[in-house]
Parts: sequence; structure tokens; C-alpha cells
Amino acid sequence: MVLAVETYSFLQTVPLTDFLFGTQWTPLLVPKSYGVLPLLAGTFMIVVGASLVAIPIGVASALFLSEYASDRAKRTLKPILEVLAGIPTVVYGFFALTYVTPLLKTVFPETQVFNAASAAIVVGIMILPMVASLCDDAFRAVPNSLREGAYSLGATSFEVTTRVVFPAGLSGVLAAFVLAISRAIGETMAVTLAAGATPNLTLNPLESIQTMTAYIVQVSLGDTPAGTLAYQTLFAVAAVLFLITLGLNVLANYVLNRFREVYE
Amino acid sequence: MSKPRNLVWRHRKAKAFEYFCIAVTALAVVLLAILVYQASVLGIPWLDMQFIDSFPSRFPEKAGIKSALAGTLWLISLTAMFAIPVGVLAAVYLEEYAPPGRLTQTININIANLAGIPSIVYGILGLAIFVRFFALERSVLAGALTMSLLILPVIIIASKEALRAVPSSLRQAAFAVGATRWQVVRAHVLPAALPGILTGVILAMSRAIGETAPLIMIGALTYVAFVPEGPMDEFTALPIQIFNWTSRPQEEFHELASAGIIVLLGVLLMLNAVAVFIRNRGTR
Repeated sequence: MVLAVETYSFLQTVPLTDFLFGTQWTPLLVPKSYGVLPLLAGTFMIVVGASLVAIPIGVASALFLSEYASDRAKRTLKPILEVLAGIPTVVYGFFALTYVTPLLKTVFPETQVFNAASAAIVVGIMILPMVASLCDDAFRAVPNSLREGAYSLGATSFEVTTRVVFPAGLSGVLAAFVLAISRAIGETMAVTLAAGATPNLTLNPLESIQTMTAYIVQVSLGDTPAGTLAYQTLFAVAAVLFLITLGLNVLANYVLNRFREVYE
Repeated sequence: MSKPRNLVWRHRKAKAFEYFCIAVTALAVVLLAILVYQASVLGIPWLDMQFIDSFPSRFPEKAGIKSALAGTLWLISLTAMFAIPVGVLAAVYLEEYAPPGRLTQTININIANLAGIPSIVYGILGLAIFVRFFALERSVLAGALTMSLLILPVIIIASKEALRAVPSSLRQAAFAVGATRWQVVRAHVLPAALPGILTGVILAMSRAIGETAPLIMIGALTYVAFVPEGPMDEFTALPIQIFNWTSRPQEEFHELASAGIIVLLGVLLMLNAVAVFIRNRGTR
């Protein structure tokens, strides 16, 4: 509601097409320009990088947890995952800035102090426990009779896992991906600390960028009086953020319900 | 009879995949272990009574987290006061009283969606509603109200799950001997669901302790060198102090941030341990 009102008054001054398709985002500098694309591109880069880290590792660990691990290993790993999922994001930001960035610098000397790659890697690590835990639930919901049926036909454990368990749990896995992506989009602190504050339409992960969330933080750090256009940009960007994450959450629910295999 | 070559190959592939999964899981755990180690090792030399008992300062060797700790304590107490009663009662209504139908279903879906909204959006709402509209300024109260909005969906969902896990036979037995709905809920359902509700509440509180973004939005990132004495005072909180120190270029402040992280993780770990303990005792 509040978002809608402020966004509306923002769009009174800045035409919608300029906002959505402009390639320059410099609301705090002269000449002012309000194209949200660089912020979206920044967010997108973080999401892609984070998914590359989190999805393969998350799915493989979930397969290990549900198919291979002994009961004892499960009992130790599950609580560890839960605790890790609860680490505050500002801690991940600290880790990115003091550990990942210097590490990247030794590999790629042209890395900037603030860069998208380090933030993406850390966000990936951050959403990893969530992906693993959701996928694990999905695989565990696959009834044992399916596995036993496949084994009795002479399948190896690899074939059972990849051709029976994985397809059967696919709806849960997809929903986990979507939720993880939505979390990566909304992630704020790690990205603000590590990715920098330069709205930048680039595909080079070693450069400094700015995401939607980081922009919101940057503006609110300065004292922006209510009613100004800069204040309204906050709400416009937040509205975009809200719509994207809401859409993704609805999509995750839909995937879960639409493609769920129901077992007796 | 020797095994066909194809079968040998298939079994090898199966073993290889198993080891691959083990290796990846181990890698994930090691990564996370490095993270915790890296984030905390720098700070250990800084961790002493002086650090706990001093106000933030421009001079690293004099700086401490007294006002941040006090702010977090204030914030959490107020948030608990607002969010726990509202959240638990909402869950009781939705599970025990609400007539099944389209409206209830819509509310349930909405709550689930609200839980997935980024925390920074809640921060903006808090800024617009509590800080500006209700003119609460940058007070602990505004922060706590914002934080309550953020964790309400979490509390409601966890409490609902705990209530749903109570077997209906318990309710039916109580109804059968003539108890009213309120008596059933108060004397039978709530006590049975209590461990689950408590676990959910503790996890929600630990989320509130670690949240930074919404507090920055409502403007808690200021230099505060006093302990808040009432709900209308300005405040700072532990994660915000960590953010502040991390974003400075000097190495000493990074070490201070790391010491702050140790304190924060310590508090969270304790809360988690309590939650696990309650859950294990409560499962029957």
C-alpha cells in the first residue's frame, strides 16, 4: 500500500518506460537519470553467480544426506545445516570483504576492491544450507517402494538416484531453486558490503556493481528527507524488488503443487 | 561365471557417484567451517571485558559494544512483547477457530508469501509507517515494531505447524466430555503444542537478533554512545555495529568487527542450542 502510493508519485515525475528501460542510474548526481536496468543487471549477476555455487553443491549434498548418509551422519549434519542457515548475513558480508576478495585478487590481479564475484560466491554459500535442506526434504518424501522396485530390477545405486529419486523429487528441487533465487535477490548486507555502490551495466564479475538492495541501503545511510524524488526512488526500487520476490514465491508454490507426484 | 563388463562399469560409476556426493558435502561443510573460523579468528585478541563494557569510539583500542549490546537487548525484549502474543494468537485462531473456506486459505497463502519478502522491504515499510507517519523517529520502539512485522509470519507459521501436529483425538476426547472450545484449546491443545511453539519463537527471535538491513533503513546506523533508557531513545544494535566497523577501511576496525561477530554468533548458538533442547525434550 505505502509502496504503491510512493511509487505512484515517483512515476508522476519519471515516466515508466524511462524507469524500466533506462540504462543509467544516477539519481543522486547531476545529470539525474532513473533507469533501473543497471541495478537489475547487478542483482541478476549476483543471482546467477550464487546459483552456480549453491545449486550443484546443494543438490549433491542433499542426495548424500537422503541416499547415502548413515543415520549418525544425518543426525550431525542436519543441525549443522540449521545453525548455518541462521548465521546473520552481515557475517557473510564480513567474510566476503576480508577473505574472498583478497583470495580473488591473488588469482585475478585486476579484481576491484568491491566486486560482484566475491559477493555472488558468498551469497551462494549463504543460500547453500537452504537449498540442501529443502532438496533433502524433497528426496526423502520419495517412497522407499520406488527405490526397492528399481533395485530389484537390477539397477545400481547411481541409476536409482539419478533416474528414480531425482525425477520423483523434482518438483521439490525446482521449488527449492526458486526460493533460493528469491532469497538471493533480497539479500542485502553481504551484497552492500562486498559488491560496491556503482550502478554499472556490465557483465564482468570482477568489477564493482550495485544491486537494488544495496542502492536502498546507500540512500538510507544518508539522511534523505521525505517527499523528495530521491526518497521516492527508494519506494520505486523496493516495489520492483517486492514484485519480483513475490512472483518467485508464488511460482515456487505453483511448481510444488502442479508437479507434485502424489503417492499412496 | 564372471560379471559382464557392462555391469562392472555400472557399479564403478555408482561408487564414483557416491564418493562424489560425499566429497561435495564435505566441501560444503569445510567451506562453512572456514567461514566461521575466518570471521572469528581475527577478533579473539580483542575480546575482553573492556570490549564488552565500552562505547563505540574513533579509536579502535578504546571501542566496545556496550551500547550495541544494550540496544539489541532493548530491541529484542520489545519485539518479543509485540510479536509473540500476536503471532501465537493468530496461529491459534487460524488453526482452531477459523472456519475452513476460501478466506482462511487466502490468509494462509498470504502469510506464507509474506515470510518470503526480503527484510529490506520491511525496513522501507517501517521507515514510511513507523518512523515518518507515526513520527516515532529513530527510536527503539520504531525498530521493534518493524522487527515484529518481519518475524510475525515466521512465528505464525511455526506455531501453526506445532498446533497441527497435536492429534485430533485429543481435541475430540475433550469435546466429548463437554469442554468448550476455549477450554479445549487452553487446557489440551496449547500445552501439547508448547514445545513446538517455543522452538519456533526462539528461532524467530534469533533471526531478529541477526537482522541488519531493516534497522539500517529506519536509521539506526548512528553514533550512539549511551545506553537507551526508554523505548523512545535512539539506539544501535550488534549487527549494525559490525556492519559499521566492517565498512571502514582500517584493518583494526575489521578486527573489532570480527570480535563483534564472535559475540553475536555466541548468542545465536546459545539460542539455537536452547531450541534444540526444547524440541528434543518435547518430542514424544
